[in-house]
Amino acid sequence: MARVLTKGNEAIAEAILQAGCEAFFAYPITPQNEIPEYCAREMPKRGQGFFLQAESEVAGINMIWGAAATGARVVTTTSGPGLSLMLEAVSSLSLTRIPCVIVNVMRSGPGMGDLAPAQEDINMRGNGAYRVPILLPGNVQEAANMVYEAFDIADQYWTPVIVMADGMIGQMMEAVDFDKLPPRRENLPEKTWRLAGTGEKGYRTKMSIHYDYKLTEATDILENESYPAMIANETRWEANDIENADIVLTAYGTAARMCSFVKKKDKYKNINIGIIRPKTYWPFPYLPYEEIGDQCKAILCAEINIMGELIDQVKVATKGRFPVVHVGNRKEGILNTKFIEEALDKLIAEVM
Amino acid sequence: METLVRRSDTLMPDVANTFCPGCTHGIITNTFCTVIDEMGIREKTISVSSVGCGGMNPLFINTDIIGPMHGRAPATATGLKRCRPDKFVYTYQGDGDLASIGTAEIVHAAHRGEKISVIFVNNTTYGMTGGQMAPTTLPGQVTTTSPYGRDESSIGKPIRMSELIATIDGAKFVERVSVDSPANVRKAKKAIRRAFECQEKNLGFSFVEILSTCPTNWGKTPVESLEWLRTNMMEYYPIGNFKDYED
Repeated sequence: MARVLTKGNEAIAEAILQAGCEAFFAYPITPQNEIPEYCAREMPKRGQGFFLQAESEVAGINMIWGAAATGARVVTTTSGPGLSLMLEAVSSLSLTRIPCVIVNVMRSGPGMGDLAPAQEDINMRGNGAYRVPILLPGNVQEAANMVYEAFDIADQYWTPVIVMADGMIGQMMEAVDFDKLPPRRENLPEKTWRLAGTGEKGYRTKMSIHYDYKLTEATDILENESYPAMIANETRWEANDIENADIVLTAYGTAARMCSFVKKKDKYKNINIGIIRPKTYWPFPYLPYEEIGDQCKAILCAEINIMGELIDQVKVATKGRFPVVHVGNRKEGILNTKFIEEALDKLIAEVM
Repeated sequence: METLVRRSDTLMPDVANTFCPGCTHGIITNTFCTVIDEMGIREKTISVSSVGCGGMNPLFINTDIIGPMHGRAPATATGLKRCRPDKFVYTYQGDGDLASIGTAEIVHAAHRGEKISVIFVNNTTYGMTGGQMAPTTLPGQVTTTSPYGRDESSIGKPIRMSELIATIDGAKFVERVSVDSPANVRKAKKAIRRAFECQEKNLGFSFVEILSTCPTNWGKTPVESLEWLRTNMMEYYPIGNFKDYED
């Protein structure tokens, strides 16, 4: 298949179908509606699984639980307000280790906020201590690739996987080549726990954490088996020119593209500017930040939000070696290359 | 010798139920499990439990079983049944779970005509959490969160779920039963059978509400509780069929 000009949301939808998704549960929310619309149209045409519109995000994610519990590959897509409603179940899906994929095309909050693109949801989590992989695509091709691979990651480690694309990536059009999706993983573990009735499997499955079950045994598996494996195998980033950098720009998604654009400006040709782009938020890529040379003067963390969400992990990763400065939305609008450039100029004046 | 009471094969053989003494959850559980035995569907059954006293049944129901989020059992059952239409899927939910936090899920599962069955146990209170007021608590009934009695001028009158569900097209079988007497237990069993057959015949959503006691939180003996159910609950929640299908 040749490169085709595709809207981000539709590329995500096509990747969902090519990943072999068997059930799509949806509740409408902007700016991701093209994904369920595409799948509602295509799934019956292709005779692939089924699409069902739920009465709410709360119901949708609990339908996911039932469907995924049969061993099927399942997905829901939403935006921040919808993900908020789903988190109770995501927490439980994590504990009971049910694979599923959730795509969050992020819009501006807090609250109902507005429909502008945003990077504000990466720290959202339900009750209790748990982690799920969070993938951060930087362009439309990568959004398709990550959504496609998310199904394999979910099945490999028996975990929900969340793909967080800022609204820009969902709404913009770019060339995508669906032949360049990552290879499908082999030898994924058999879903021995699936619910199918005792007759079909020959044994009973009790899928609940209950009164006769020691919760700490379940959470110990998460902490000491599942999470270390994901940290070892699924941590992703892209880093450029960090060893000799005077200043490092760090960002993900669309904000990272803005940083790349700013870095290339002529006026910075005598300054070594490195870039670190996390492609996963959890597991977080600490390593590239450790590889920043000691000559570095400061880190500028660009995010489409106020105050910063990524920045806290960047501070953890840099262990106090460098000042870490946020640049983001302003009164006059959301993050753009001008804001980054101005922040970078100010930082250079202060530290160089 | 004739066997009068038999433990259902759908109950785990060596596990005692964990309900309080005198609570009718035990009778209800044995009744619907016996229906599963008699229909020969145990091995293809996927049970969906709930949160509350109904949430204890993963301990002792001998089928594949899932413990879903509070109130969301009909949504979880929807996901299961849609992926595995060849399986038998039912939920077992109390009144806090189904009639309060889970009203959206139960109404829309019925509205879509999901091919699932719902056993709704109504004992007018939140049993597991210690006897708080439920939407089903009777007018004037004292609970830990209605210590002066349910005040209908402030909280409204109790919700009648069977009547509500019966208005929805997708619901094909709706009946309210009681297990306060041997005769009523037999009627309850018949209704459960008919509800389960509704699913097996692929007709649509089926719903059985069962009036139940909570001696512990009502502060009554088991016998007094059955009497209270008969004199108070049955007046507000009349037993009977609200919707049936043609054979």
